Amino acid sequence: MSKDNQILEEFAQSDYKYGFESNIEQESAPKGLNEDTVRFISAKKEEPEWLLEWRLKAYRHWLTLKEPTWHNVSFPDIDYQDIIYYAAPKQKVRPKSLDEVDPELLDTFKRLGISLDEQKRLSGVAVDAVFDSVSVATTFKDKLAKLGIIFCSFSEAVREHPELIRKYIGSVVPAGDNYFAALNSAVFSDGSFCYIPKGVRCPMELSTYFRINAANSGQFERTLIVAEEGSYVSYLEGCTAPMRDENQLHAAVVELYAAKDAEIKYSTVQNWYPGNKEGKGGIYNFVTKRGICAGDHAKISWTQVETGSAITWKYPSCILKGDHSIGEFYSVAVTNNRQQADTGTKMIHIGKNTRSRIVSKGVSGGFSQNSYRGLVKVMKRAEGARNFSQCDSLLMGDQCGAHTFPYIESDNSSAHIEHEATTSKIGEDQIFYCLQRGIDEEDAVALIVNGYCKEVLNQLPMEFAVEAQKLLALTLEGSVG
Amino acid sequence: MIKITDLHARVEEKEILKGINLEVKAGEVHAIMGPNGSGKSTLASVLAGREEFEVTGGSVQYMGQDLLDMAPEERAREGIFLAFQYPVEIPGVSTTNFLKTAVNQIRLHKGQDSLDAVSFLKMMKEKMKLVDIDQSLLSRSLNEGFSGGEKKRNEIFQMAMLEPTLAILDETDSGLDIDALRIVANGVNALRSEDNATIVVTHYQRLLDYIIPDFVHVLYNGQIVKSGTKELAMELEEKGYDWIKETVDVTA
Repeated sequence: MSKDNQILEEFAQSDYKYGFESNIEQESAPKGLNEDTVRFISAKKEEPEWLLEWRLKAYRHWLTLKEPTWHNVSFPDIDYQDIIYYAAPKQKVRPKSLDEVDPELLDTFKRLGISLDEQKRLSGVAVDAVFDSVSVATTFKDKLAKLGIIFCSFSEAVREHPELIRKYIGSVVPAGDNYFAALNSAVFSDGSFCYIPKGVRCPMELSTYFRINAANSGQFERTLIVAEEGSYVSYLEGCTAPMRDENQLHAAVVELYAAKDAEIKYSTVQNWYPGNKEGKGGIYNFVTKRGICAGDHAKISWTQVETGSAITWKYPSCILKGDHSIGEFYSVAVTNNRQQADTGTKMIHIGKNTRSRIVSKGVSGGFSQNSYRGLVKVMKRAEGARNFSQCDSLLMGDQCGAHTFPYIESDNSSAHIEHEATTSKIGEDQIFYCLQRGIDEEDAVALIVNGYCKEVLNQLPMEFAVEAQKLLALTLEGSVG
Repeated sequence: MIKITDLHARVEEKEILKGINLEVKAGEVHAIMGPNGSGKSTLASVLAGREEFEVTGGSVQYMGQDLLDMAPEERAREGIFLAFQYPVEIPGVSTTNFLKTAVNQIRLHKGQDSLDAVSFLKMMKEKMKLVDIDQSLLSRSLNEGFSGGEKKRNEIFQMAMLEPTLAILDETDSGLDIDALRIVANGVNALRSEDNATIVVTHYQRLLDYIIPDFVHVLYNGQIVKSGTKELAMELEEKGYDWIKETVDVTA
């Protein structure tokens, strides 16, 4: 057996480092989904009537939809009646500061390496932490408030800024957009809301950590970011989940709205529990992420590093409506063992001289399947639209699969669309070269993979890039016996 | 320093090394010459620990240890350096970053502290002069888009950084023009000392005009068939490898 096969075989043995469970008292909805579940959630969140109606409408629409089957992933049927749709850490009063937060919860964050107070002091990152379904604490709020920036949990936004939520919710991803988006719209529990007023440049990276804790619970969070004219925001999202034998469902919705001259940079490091070596357990990650460049010269940039989940199904997309608007998608997707990823993007060119850029790097090892699926669509009036796509796949071992499904639809003959794709194997020669310089195999693989993903990692904000690099190394840790 | 005794090795089913005997002492430079396919590069690879070559017999003692028992990275950390004939490209990894990882892993092995960025850069600056290599080259992805000469210079630069005890240069002269050859040779000469040794594997004599060997061995058909001093290389240059082939094949 060749050496890189062996490496990969053992790469399969690296353990999930975030697989602890927190003993926090949970307050849950009964298992199963019906109109009462939707009402229960809405009541728990003390929501206005219009939002309950919006949820119910989504639920009724969901009932008419069928789970999609076009993706290149397979999994046993999900029993939607066997899921707990709402689980909140039991807490009598809403925490006003970190001191009031359950210490066990804070400990969980510490074990995740994202101690809130540390982050507060050291990195200047404002963190909105979503633990299961309720936002735990939002830091830096005061500082942001002075600039008119709103950054809070979705529930709080519903209470404090209902007019904004009502205006923008479902404006980019309609409630009935697709099966999982409709499900989310019916039962979403919390999430983050961010509003950047006209002309304001958000002075810090805004960050949310998602973590699924309760057994059998699905996490359905919603993120809504609105960037008004000429504003700028960079938003980070990180995810982990404890180890469990059962599969857990995660169906999130993220909506980005960029007005004229606004820019939104959205970065994700996703490290949900991928299941064990045989593919038991792990998160089903069915996420709808979409942004709209509503005004001229707006820009939306998605960067994602996906290393976790048993199944990843997500296509962060851009609707380029404003003239001269720009959409970008930078992605690293690493799959190992029995993981399956079907991920990519959609770039919809509507405005004139709109530009999009897609850089996708897939790394597959073990028995995993890694697919890139992308659509570049140029509408009739998108005079002078340009797209550049690059999709690279790196295979480690010979039991895994890499697939590319690029779709291109152009209704305007002035469009320029370029697509490049490569597939390569991590070379024994490369590994031997490293070994000969005294670098051990584990570090050699990490070095090579990091190098391969560099173009994407470079897009991440500094503190996140370091974390992502460590995560890649960690995912590859234990690859040598 | 290294003693090779009756070394046999094969790749897949083909036996390539058929009983190599060679001893190299500290301070010496040995040249190994031979026609194409004689087993020169195989010998270099086996010493470095490349796995596709299976050692089927013999032994190699290196600094009092059984070399064949050591993993490739262990050999490297114990001071064996191979300058590759075809250095590989590693996209997205700069030479600087690559070498920093290597230097620090070797230091760790020796029980030394990691070098901080400042000391590392200082060390790089010193060694860069030896092979006349440009800083900008070292910031680029390792060997990616490098010319043949740049790759070889980079190999010698790495050698300078890692300060090996035994350096093995595998056809380092191939593909080099005369200026590059001189630069590379100057680098190698500058690194020569009483404490280290060099094995130069080459097809042509011309490299030996610049790196003067103490001993020259001719490898043919998996065995060392003739050993001598640098005059042997001159003789080979003059008479060609057919001369060796004839001598060996006649006596055989």
